[in-house]
Amino acid sequence: MSNYLLFIVLPYVSLVIFIIGSIYRYKSRGFSVSSISSQFLEGRRLFWGSQPFHWGLFVLFFGHLIAFLFPKAVLAWNGEPMRLLILEITAFAFGLSAFIGVILLVQRRLTNRRVQIVTSKMDVIVFLILLVQIISGLLVAYHNRWGSSWFASFLTPYIRSIFVFDPQIDAIASVNSWSLKIHVVSAFTLIAFIPFTRFMHFLVYPLDYLWRSYQQVVWNWNRKAIRTSRAHSFGKKSKNN
Amino acid sequence: MDIRSQVSMVFHLDKCIGCHTCSIACKNIWTDRKGAEYMWWNNVETKPGTGYPTKWEDQEIYKGGWEKNGDSVSLKGAGKFKGLKNIFHNPHLPVLDDYYEPWTYKYQDLFTAPEGDDQPTARPISLVTGEHIDVKAGPNWDDDMGGSPDYARQDVNLEKLTPAEQEAMFQLERMTFHYLPRICNHCLNPACVAACPSGAIYKRGEDGVVLINQERCRAWRMCVTACPYKKSYYNWNTGKSEKCVLCYPRLESGQAPACFHSCVGRIRYLGVMLYDADKIEKVAASSDDQLVDNHLDIYLDPFDPAVVEQAKLNGIADSTIEAAQKSPVYKFVKVWKLALPLHPEFRTLPNLFYVPALLPTMATVQDGIYDSTSKSLWNGVDKNRLPMKYLASLFSAGNTDKIVDVMKRLMAVRLHRRGVTTGDISKEEISSAMDEVNINADMADAIFRLTSLATFDERFVIPPAHREESIEMLENTADVKGNTGFGFKERPVRGL
Ligand code: SF4
Ligand code: SF4
Repeated sequence: MSNYLLFIVLPYVSLVIFIIGSIYRYKSRGFSVSSISSQFLEGRRLFWGSQPFHWGLFVLFFGHLIAFLFPKAVLAWNGEPMRLLILEITAFAFGLSAFIGVILLVQRRLTNRRVQIVTSKMDVIVFLILLVQIISGLLVAYHNRWGSSWFASFLTPYIRSIFVFDPQIDAIASVNSWSLKIHVVSAFTLIAFIPFTRFMHFLVYPLDYLWRSYQQVVWNWNRKAIRTSRAHSFGKKSKNN
Repeated sequence: MDIRSQVSMVFHLDKCIGCHTCSIACKNIWTDRKGAEYMWWNNVETKPGTGYPTKWEDQEIYKGGWEKNGDSVSLKGAGKFKGLKNIFHNPHLPVLDDYYEPWTYKYQDLFTAPEGDDQPTARPISLVTGEHIDVKAGPNWDDDMGGSPDYARQDVNLEKLTPAEQEAMFQLERMTFHYLPRICNHCLNPACVAACPSGAIYKRGEDGVVLINQERCRAWRMCVTACPYKKSYYNWNTGKSEKCVLCYPRLESGQAPACFHSCVGRIRYLGVMLYDADKIEKVAASSDDQLVDNHLDIYLDPFDPAVVEQAKLNGIADSTIEAAQKSPVYKFVKVWKLALPLHPEFRTLPNLFYVPALLPTMATVQDGIYDSTSKSLWNGVDKNRLPMKYLASLFSAGNTDKIVDVMKRLMAVRLHRRGVTTGDISKEEISSAMDEVNINADMADAIFRLTSLATFDERFVIPPAHREESIEMLENTADVKGNTGFGFKERPVRGL
């Protein structure tokens, strides 16, 4: 029963909340979508926390994604023990980096008066989820070694089954590792909390900056069209009005 | 030729009395909100001095503005690669203490203090944390050269001077200063716009005002770094950047921006300039010695029929062209050549020009005797108390000739007017001063008039905004009757 709740109901509820919530917040409460940086109030300690934390998560996120999308490639890479070792150690190192980062960030939030002022209730939840997620991940990596290999045979089918609406939870439910179960459950919890917290900011990572032109000029109306009235056309209603 | 119109500005520094009325007018309208208390979209600093935020001109610290990069320019401390790489922590972001920690006083204590032997006091409390603070800095802490050893001597522009020249400036009998009011320059090549990863900052096509879309700003803070004038500010409460909006709601209804309107010294002028947008990149990449000339060349003559025709083809309204012809800025900058941009070497092509102050000229000290007698009434400009090199570092990318030329022009006008009003200067002296800089009596009178006697409508020539046209394009005009206004659609709070 609890397996059913944790590994079938929770994922679907989370994903629905995530998708609908994020779109709703972006569309109708756009003003609140921001990374709400506190660097302006405290910069130096943020550097030591934010950099290892974000880069750690960044690498781990894509690591998980690749393991999920291309399990065969990962298995092939791991064919040789040396390469497996390199992969595992790298992943663990980034995990540690994220862990150290988040600890420093929590410490900064707790001790810097100015940063305390801008800490919301939701930020507390954010840090709790992150701590559970990262610590459980490190425990999994330590106790259930060679995750990069068993992920493909074990978690990939489960996650894929979720996405194809045919959930198969036998494998995950029978696994004898609390840390792994916690890691999966907290991951889905994290997803559900995205629309309600500052997690939102990773969705608006400004990738399009790479291909837009540096300067942006916005016209209120089509200035050439307005001069020749036969070209008079109805513009697009701008969002701010 | 891609002609666009730009609302531009001139500040006449000789007339600024450093009263900060402009700053207060702005603060009362725009920045007396939580998170914005420390922001002064308009601020007035004393020069020499370190300014606000402290040492903002030192781009070795703040990495603002553009750098020449071959035939083009690139952002010094931001940009596509640097910006995205530093997105988790921006190493060049000024923090609150580089500005100052805003505070108020606990006035309530004056009423609630128990009876005692001492006067009750209202202690300062921080507007950030709400706790008692010992105030250590303010936005104009070095006003009137207060604390000169700590502030004035740290002025970045002094680096261009030799140690001996610097020493001479700080001799008691030479001491002088002038005020430098600053707002956003609404640049032609704005670094803030280019640095914004979210594309939230934009330049308005119709009038060139640079604005930040609060709905799209995501607090990546790159604009704060990129603006070399430090005129984009981060609101720590809302998690959004904010900047001077040139009071666009006032401009659109034909009123001058609040800082202009309230200026006690009447030092401010506002008007339209037509410019050729095709040339921006090339001008921004000019070599240092040509930067100012090329910058001023980008502005076009609004009386030239070819320019007018091209402007019309480009959709610029007749009323705007007419405003450009009446523009006081055009006169000061292009016709009379009296106004120069602040720190053109930042290469953002600012649209705020300054008439440098014709400061009191120097007496000489001979054998310890202070000798202020001079052959002529105002001595020569080379005797100016602030060395030309210093002014050149502020207004002409180090090009002293440009500053000397402006000074001579200002001096010629003064001599001419002295001749008209009191007549105690010889005709030859006046005409030789005027001939040297090619100013005739009519021009000198016109300069005098616009400088000293100009009415409100002469100082601010605001082009009609033609909002009716933009509204017509979007919806029925009748629908929006009574609907205009501004404000927050959502409570401006940090995230969720
Ligand atoms: S002065 Fe700074 S904020 Fe204003 S337009 Fe120029 S770069 Fe942008
Ligand atoms: S109001 Fe005018 S005179 Fe007074 S400080 Fe501001 S710019 Fe100078």
